[in-house]
Amino acid sequence: ACAATNAVQAAETAPSNVTHDDYGSVAASLTGVAGDPARGAAVMTDRGLGNCIACHEVTALKDAPWHGEVGPVLDGAGSRWTEADLRGIVVNSKMVFDGTIMPAYYKNSGYVRPGDLYTGKAGPAEMPTILSAQQVEDVVAFLLTLQD
Amino acid sequence: LLGTASGAWSDENATLIVNGEIEMVTRTAAPDHVPFDEIRSGWTFRTEETQVLQMDDFDNPGMIFVDQAIDTWNTAEGSEGKSCASCHEDVESSMQGVRAVYPKWNETAGEVRTLAMQINDCRENQMGANPYKYDSNPMAAMEALISVQSRGMPVNVAIDGPVSETWEKGKEIYYTRYGQLELSCANCHEDNYDNMIRADHLSQGQINGFPTYRLKNAKLNTVHGRFKGCVRDTRAETFSPGSPEFVALELYVASRGNGLSVEGPSVRN
Ligand code: HEC
Ligand code: HEC
Ligand code: HEC
Repeated sequence: ACAATNAVQAAETAPSNVTHDDYGSVAASLTGVAGDPARGAAVMTDRGLGNCIACHEVTALKDAPWHGEVGPVLDGAGSRWTEADLRGIVVNSKMVFDGTIMPAYYKNSGYVRPGDLYTGKAGPAEMPTILSAQQVEDVVAFLLTLQD
Repeated sequence: LLGTASGAWSDENATLIVNGEIEMVTRTAAPDHVPFDEIRSGWTFRTEETQVLQMDDFDNPGMIFVDQAIDTWNTAEGSEGKSCASCHEDVESSMQGVRAVYPKWNETAGEVRTLAMQINDCRENQMGANPYKYDSNPMAAMEALISVQSRGMPVNVAIDGPVSETWEKGKEIYYTRYGQLELSCANCHEDNYDNMIRADHLSQGQINGFPTYRLKNAKLNTVHGRFKGCVRDTRAETFSPGSPEFVALELYVASRGNGLSVEGPSVRN
């Protein structure tokens, strides 16, 4: 198991090495490992991870309570956007929607007063990303299942 | 939908009249320096169940702390053997209108003072007593007692003259996107008020109702306590209650509510 984990990490693209195209899309998988839509759904509803439903309503996730209305309803997102677009949006939505309120999930620098999770205390010198590379892939895989 | 047990939405045009006599302005035209047509008290965003708790002092759990603070007002503390009443006598007359204009410039000290700073200044320099912790329960209670004497009066905080520099600093903080989530106060309370964010109905983040009794933690909450919570929720390193940053932010946010009634202690969820 240890060797396998190392192999995955070696193949991961570091946050600073992710390339967005002119539209903000990210073509290459961050890990080379196919995303798991079920795990992606869990990440989207978990308050400590994606907490995407804080802002978005998603009919397919309606078993999880309390969907917000700050962002658009994500039903059909997989028809509206390509996999590369969705990866770009989840990695750093500001590259796709200028100045958006939506947080960047795979970025670890450029913050003002970054904190240590929700403790209110200063974060570590090396900030972690909000989601891991594989969690981003899992979320993208789930979003692709949202077809009209 | 109205009248269902869990979280009935309030009537948009409901009016807040406390004890059948104090008529509150909960919606009014925005002052020129606020980019809204209308400013709204946080009360207008709460459910009917929460709203009614503020309509009668017998139902308002925050009033218990006001009663406690009346005792404190009359109790001598510190090396000078004085109470608040020794100098300010009757709180109902001496503190009338005070809450409505704070934070304000103190000429002698040459600084912007929040109500909490002024209370601690009197404790330390007039009474020889220990200052309260900035966002502590006794501080919140004393602020509530002083607020009650201005209930129904319009918030009227000065933004120009000697406070203008602090006000500008507060405004800058209001629009800065803090923390790992990179969210500013404006992202939630200006761009998205009236929207749901998960289970919360976003208000304009006004402070005319402070201190606020929250059902969630069953105590009076101070302005800086609330600011700290909101900044923490952006996954940021917060500022401390009483810090120059939060004092500036309080002045700025208070001024965004100029024209709303002083409501403290209000009731929120
Ligand atoms: C704080 C609010 C917020 C959070 C949290 C959030 N988003 Fe968004 N999202 C938005 C907003 C607002 C937009 C619209 C873009 C804009 O700003 O114009 C958006 C746009 C999107 C879009 C494109 C919308 C469409 O259907 O056309 C997708 C896909 C998306 N978000 C997915 C996610 C995912 C997945 C997560 C969690 C990992 C997430 N969002 C978390 C606010 C948020
Ligand atoms: C020995 C006298 C003395 C005592 C005791 C005292 N104060 Fe004061 N207080 C003052 C003076 C003098 C001022 C005016 C200060 C100034 O303008 O610099 C003042 C101002 C204030 C103000 C601001 C009023 C305004 O119109 O801006 C508040 C609020 C206040 N005191 C609250 C309290 C409280 C609460 C206590 C007890 C915990 C207390 N004071 C105890 C002397 C006192
Ligand atoms: C991620 C969203 C978010 C951000 C960013 C945010 N808040 Fe809040 N705030 C909330 C929520 C949710 C509530 C509870 C519902 C309400 O009253 O709006 C709240 C409540 C408040 C209240 C209480 C209002 C009342 O009537 O009781 C104040 C004051 C406030 N916020 C000020 C601020 C300030 C100042 C900032 C910036 C330092 C800020 N908030 C940033 C989400 C946010």
